[in-house]
Order: sequence, then C-alpha cells, then structure tokens
Amino acid sequence: MTTAIATPTLSGAPHSDHLAARARWAVSDTLTMTKRNLLAVTRIPEALFFSAVQPIMFVLLFRYVFGGEITIPGTTYVNYLMPGIFVQTVAFGAVSTSIGLAEDLQKGLIERFRALPMARSAVLTGRTTADLIRNVFVVVIMTVVGLLVGFRPTTGVVPYIAGVLLILLFAYALSWGFAVIGLSAPNSETAQVMSFPLLFPLTFISSAFVNVHTMPSWLQGFATYQPVSVTVSACRALMIGGATATWVIQSLLWTVGFLIVLIPLASWRYRTRT
Amino acid sequence: MPFAIEVEALEKTFKGKHEVRALDGVSFNVEEGRVFGLLGPNGSGKTTAVRVLTTILKPDGGSARVLGHDVVRKAGLVRSLIGLAGQYAAVDENLTGRENLQMVGNLNHLERSTVSGRATDLLAQFNLSDAGDRPLKTYSGGMRRRLDLAAALVARPTVLFLDEPTTGLDPQSRNDLWEVIENLVGEGTTVLLTTQYLEEADRLASILAVLDHGHVIAEGTPAELKADLGATVLEVGLATTDDASRTARILDALGPHAPVLNGTVVEVTVDEGPTSAMAGLRSLDQEGIIPTAFTLREPSLDDVFLALTGRRTEDETEETEETDDPDQKQRNRALRHAATNAMPIATGELS
Repeated sequence: MTTAIATPTLSGAPHSDHLAARARWAVSDTLTMTKRNLLAVTRIPEALFFSAVQPIMFVLLFRYVFGGEITIPGTTYVNYLMPGIFVQTVAFGAVSTSIGLAEDLQKGLIERFRALPMARSAVLTGRTTADLIRNVFVVVIMTVVGLLVGFRPTTGVVPYIAGVLLILLFAYALSWGFAVIGLSAPNSETAQVMSFPLLFPLTFISSAFVNVHTMPSWLQGFATYQPVSVTVSACRALMIGGATATWVIQSLLWTVGFLIVLIPLASWRYRTRT
Repeated sequence: MPFAIEVEALEKTFKGKHEVRALDGVSFNVEEGRVFGLLGPNGSGKTTAVRVLTTILKPDGGSARVLGHDVVRKAGLVRSLIGLAGQYAAVDENLTGRENLQMVGNLNHLERSTVSGRATDLLAQFNLSDAGDRPLKTYSGGMRRRLDLAAALVARPTVLFLDEPTTGLDPQSRNDLWEVIENLVGEGTTVLLTTQYLEEADRLASILAVLDHGHVIAEGTPAELKADLGATVLEVGLATTDDASRTARILDALGPHAPVLNGTVVEVTVDEGPTSAMAGLRSLDQEGIIPTAFTLREPSLDDVFLALTGRRTEDETEETEETDDPDQKQRNRALRHAATNAMPIATGELS
C-alpha cells in the first residue's frame, strides 16, 4: 500500500496528514482562492463601476433629496448619514458572496475544487477574504465621496480608522451569512433574490438614515439594537463623537456571535450540498 | 497491485421529491494503464460513479478504491493522485486559460516555479498557447474542453477520470480531443472514461462496461460487445405501415438478426453492410417495394441497449438524475437527443 504513495509524479508536495502541513496549505489555498475571486472582480469593470454607482446614488439621494427634511440635533445630516451609508454599502456588497458561491456551484467549479487535494475550507475563506479586501476599497471610495459632499469627521484619524475596522469586521461576519444563502440557493439569480428580504429590514429599519425616535415605538427596539444599527451607532460615535464604548461592544458582540454561528453553518452547508 | 480502480457493489440513492437509485450495486475493476469505458445513457449512473470515485460524493454502500486507497477513508490522498475533467467544462470564466491552470496547480500544492512552467507546457500541448492569456469568454466550446482536460493534467495524475469529455462538441473538436486522449494513454495514464457514444468508447477504450439503471449489464472489449450486435444497421423508411411489415419479412432473410419494425421504419442489424444493403435492395425491388429512405449507419448506444436489454434507452426516468435545475434538464435532453441519433455513415434518399 505504501508504495502507492510514492507513485505520483507530483512535483511539489505529496499528500500529508500532518497538522502543520495542512494548516500551511489551508492558508496558501485561501490565498489562491482569494486571488482568483479578486481577479474576477477586476475582469468585469462594468460590474465594479456600477457597484460603486449604487452607494453613491444613495449618498446623493439622502444628502440632497431627503436630507433637507431630516434634522439631527448636534450635528449636520451628512455627518450623521455617512457612517450609515458605509455600513449599508458593505452589507449590500456582502450579497456578492452569495451570488459568487451560487455561481461556482452552478457552473460546476465547486465539483472541480472538491476533487482537488486543496483545503476544503478554502472555497469559503477565499471568498469571504476577497470580499473583505474589496470592502477596504469600498470604504475608501465612500470616504472620498463623503468628503466631497460635506462629510467632516470630527474625532481624528485613529478613531476614524477604528470605525472603518469595525465596519470591515462586521461585513466579514455578514459575508459568512450570505455564504450560507449562496450555498442554499438553487442558482445565482435566486441567491440574489433570497438575500434582499434579509438586507432591506436590516439596513432601512435602522439608525442608518434617520433617528429611530421618529419611528413608531413598537419598531424602536428592533431599530435600535439590531446588528446594523448598533454598528452604525458605534461608527458614528467613533467618527463624529458621542457615547462610544457601549455601541462598540454591542457591535463586536453581534460580529463575534455571527462568526461563531455562521462559519460552522456555512461549512456544514458546503459539505452537505451535493 | 494489478488494479488502478476497484469498485465493489457500489450503491448511491438520491433522496428528494423522486428518489433515484443512481448506483445499484455497481462493480468493476480497471487495470493499470488501461482506458476503461463506462457506456450508458443519461441517468444510468455514469456520472454518479465518477463522482464517487473522485471523492466528490460519498456512497451509501459498497466500496471503491483508487490505487488501493479507499475513496472515503483516504479521500485526501486519492485527490492528490487523480485528475478529473468534467462534463460541463468546469473552468473559471473570469480567468484566462493560463490563470486557470495556475490556480489548479497551486491548489494541488505544486511548487510555484513548477506551476508556471507546467501551465505553459500544457497550453502548448493543447494548442492553446495563443489563447493562453485571453479570458475564457473568448474561447470556443472545443477550446474550453481542451483547457478543462489540461487543468485535470496539471499535477500529472496517475489516474484520470473523463466524464463525457466530448459531449456537445462538433465533430472536428471531438476528433482533436480524441487524439489528445490517445496520446495520454500512450504515456501510461490509467483512464476511466464515461460516454454515451459507442463510437467514442470503441475508439478510445480497451474495455467497456455498459451501465443501465445503476448496474453493469455487460462488460467486455468493444469488439466483443459489437460481435453480438452486427457491424452495421440498415434503416429503411417506407411509405405505409403495410409496406413496412412486408419489408421486415423480406429483410429477415439477410442474416441472423431479426428486423425491428417501428411504424413505417424497419431496422435490421447486418454483418456486411454494403453487401447486405445491395441484397436487401434487390429483394425489395423484386417485390415491387420502393423505400422512401435508405440508410446505412454504425450501431449506436441505442442499438447496444436494444440488443442487451430488449428495449430502447429510456427517456423519462433519466431526467431526475442529480438535478432539479431546469437548465440542466434542458442540457440533458439536448445531449440525449444527440446521443440517440447516431452518426450516419451513408444516407441516400430514394423516391
């Protein structure tokens, strides 16, 4: 039996059950898959362009169309709005995780990956890591857009970066949730349609665009403490001031909770989806 | 270790709306360095067998070993020894040909330096050097299949699985791909090939197993399988069913195989195509019967099935295999259509 192991003419690494080797491959496979997913983003410039257009339109819509009707005590509306836009944009962007995975399943690429000696986890970690990197660019672009329309962070560079990191971490956790959807959908179109009933209440019944005190009282509890809202509130505090610790802690709790539940769930869906 | 692939009483049932017993006790062995053909219509279990052997799917019962390693317990090891080229050309649309090959090389954990050289070599070997740095969107169907096959070979697998490698390709691309596969075999790679085309199995495989409803109904060399079948099928179209039944009686004299009457069409398998055709035409002429169509063709999978099971390849039960996706069903229907209409080798319209 052992002689068979020597037969392959694999020029690099033979198969190994050693934990260290497997960990090393899990990392290198994740990098390979991340690179592949990021290359795909750059290959469809139209998609890249229009995925930037949508959040910019939201900024313009709320800043110039609805914003005049909304007064926020203690700050300008654009300062109130931009942290909400950041979180909304990365949340909407997480849909690409579900679409991408559903597409890979549909086209048979996952079949090829399953027959390769790669780390099983890399399909999912590569996808979510690629989305994380994409989100870095998204937040940078949206910061520039915000500055152009009058967004003036007041707390300094370090808290601002902390806010950005909080958003990225939250978006990363969301990606795993959308991975579950992508792995459960029969095709990529359905994956997209399945994602929105989840996204709309989370981003709009929230403190992202308006003060939740203007909502009916029965809605305020959800609107204040749901994950998007607490992350928006935490970023707002980090970027333009206000009570910080409580929101940051709540946001981190949501993020960690999501990761603890969603990573095993997505991995299980990946293993069992035939 | 004489066998590269050993399959023993393999079972797999797909649960769901309609339960499908895709593998119902499949057993076969493949000797090292051979090309083994799994021949069968859609839904016979070919693809399921390949998916189990390539560790993608866990079987419900039985066992399978590749180079002596159990595909369930030693899945990781098996994956490092095999290559798979799939039915639907699983290559990444958004990458170039070269990037696809490099990705597969990296995921096989080859040295970085090896990977780029290997990609260049394979692109050249598969006649894709010029297209190597173009995105896949610009590739033709044949080019995609070649790249898919190249991707399966990046890590120099000892055992190669080809799941319907030429289904849906035009005759020229099919021929090109056949040549590539023949060269591989010359290098000593063990190949398991699934196909719906008797012609393809005949050309590439040295041993064939015919699958039907998840089990092997016949096994042997292509010559052995065709011996029972006759070399050529004579297909005569008539104006009326009455003429057809008279024709069937007349053509019965041509050889040991009984003509099959199907509406206004009579089919008979003969050993000597042209001689039998002339004899048949002479007898028909004497009886004053004028055919509306007269075709000589090679036997198709459908004919093998008819000979082995007494029935034609079925259409209805097949669609349920492993998919509820309407697109997939559409593709399956199209493929099946292509498969059951065998390639004519001579056709004449007589009227």
